[in-house]
Amino acid sequence: MANASAKQVLFDPIFSNNPIALQILGICSALAVTTSLNVTLVMCIALTSVTALSNFFISVVRNQIPSSIRMIVQMVIIASLVIVVDQVLKAYAYGISKQLSVFVGLIITNCIVMGRAEAFAMQNPPHMSFLDGIGNGLGYSFILICVATVRELLGAGSLFGIEILPVVSAGGWYQPNGLLLLPPSAFFIIGLLIWGLRSWKTDQVEAAEFKMAPQTRAMKEAM
Amino acid sequence: MSSKKESVLRTLTVALLVCLVCSVVVSAAAVALKPVQITNQLQDKQRNILQIAGLYKEGVSVQEQFKQVTPRLVDLRTGEFSDATDPLTYDQQKASKVPETSQRMDPKVDIASIRRQAYYSTVYVVEDEQGEIETVILPIHGYGLWSTLYGFMALESDLKTVVGLGFYQHAETPGLGGEVDNPSWKKQWTGKVVYDESGDVDISVIKGGVDNNSPNAEHQVDALAGATLTSRGVENLVRFWLGKDGFGEFLDHLRAGEA
Repeated sequence: MANASAKQVLFDPIFSNNPIALQILGICSALAVTTSLNVTLVMCIALTSVTALSNFFISVVRNQIPSSIRMIVQMVIIASLVIVVDQVLKAYAYGISKQLSVFVGLIITNCIVMGRAEAFAMQNPPHMSFLDGIGNGLGYSFILICVATVRELLGAGSLFGIEILPVVSAGGWYQPNGLLLLPPSAFFIIGLLIWGLRSWKTDQVEAAEFKMAPQTRAMKEAM
Repeated sequence: MSSKKESVLRTLTVALLVCLVCSVVVSAAAVALKPVQITNQLQDKQRNILQIAGLYKEGVSVQEQFKQVTPRLVDLRTGEFSDATDPLTYDQQKASKVPETSQRMDPKVDIASIRRQAYYSTVYVVEDEQGEIETVILPIHGYGLWSTLYGFMALESDLKTVVGLGFYQHAETPGLGGEVDNPSWKKQWTGKVVYDESGDVDISVIKGGVDNNSPNAEHQVDALAGATLTSRGVENLVRFWLGKDGFGEFLDHLRAGEA
């Protein structure tokens, strides 16, 4: 990783090393904010800017941070950036910030931000760390936008709030699938995405940790 | 170098510096963005009032639409309009925390658990061209399960039929009590009658659904599923604010045309 080119640092996290699909980090907000594309986009921008800036600033001071308070210093920087982003959203995107409610604040606890700070920014120069933050933000955004597109289109019959499939309740023909507006549906979609991604890039498939043994006599007989 | 970097003094210095820089950044952002945020909150509140009164039109600026609504200050002690302060800038939430501008509520009558009630309250009046009242929008608040719910209730010109009810600030459980924001639940309130024949408050939030054939149906609203305490809180706060310790006297005066 240390000698990776800028292009690799920026684009690897989208498909080859996706923070959600490969590292399975930051799932919580992926479930919560993906019911409509507008909200998702704002969340993606917020997370990408926090990851990039926190990586940058942590990398700038990386040689000064004593290892005993390493994590706390990272947290303070991340938390400050999140508060700033939250304030900016409240000022310039009030409606959406109301819908995102606590999830902007919860970026602080998003594993991607802390993970990149600890894994990349502490060892790499500022500009590379910044790119790495952008890259991971894009990887997160890619998955979230896919999920939100499916959920909003099939769950509410619209994209960006604009009607695509006229729904029955408004006199159209499309019966929206209510399940897709509930958090569990995001699990299914993320699962399908991971499946798709790993069928395409087979090196991401993890070796099985154990083999399932047949458990009942009926199963043994059936086999 | 590494031992120098790990020394106690250095650790403390780094911690202090990081905290200082971060707190300056955070406070600078908070202070610089405050005016825009306040405008947003005001517009959001005005949009809420318009929506609850059923007047909101998409695409027209909130400021423009809000011109049809007149904010008036009401003295809750006398139930009459007052000119004590500017109703636009008056902050009832703040006033209810200060002893000079509010009174302690007797726990026996304080069914909405508001503890202190401000002396004044800003109500919003919509008048037609002849100056007759079309809609009155009353600010209401009270305790639910976790939080105080702040909202508005709009009444028709007869001052007992509900036009709409809604909350703009609360922290009830999302998905359960938070469903007070659900448009289909709020829609139930429209057309309900909050006073009975003799002028007493008569509105309740009941479990198990409202039977539309029962004679009491117009005084009943279906409770929220899985949110007994929030539903009860809403019932209590509505009853409190419509009762004689809330806007009861004011509405009486208004009906008699002498507020």
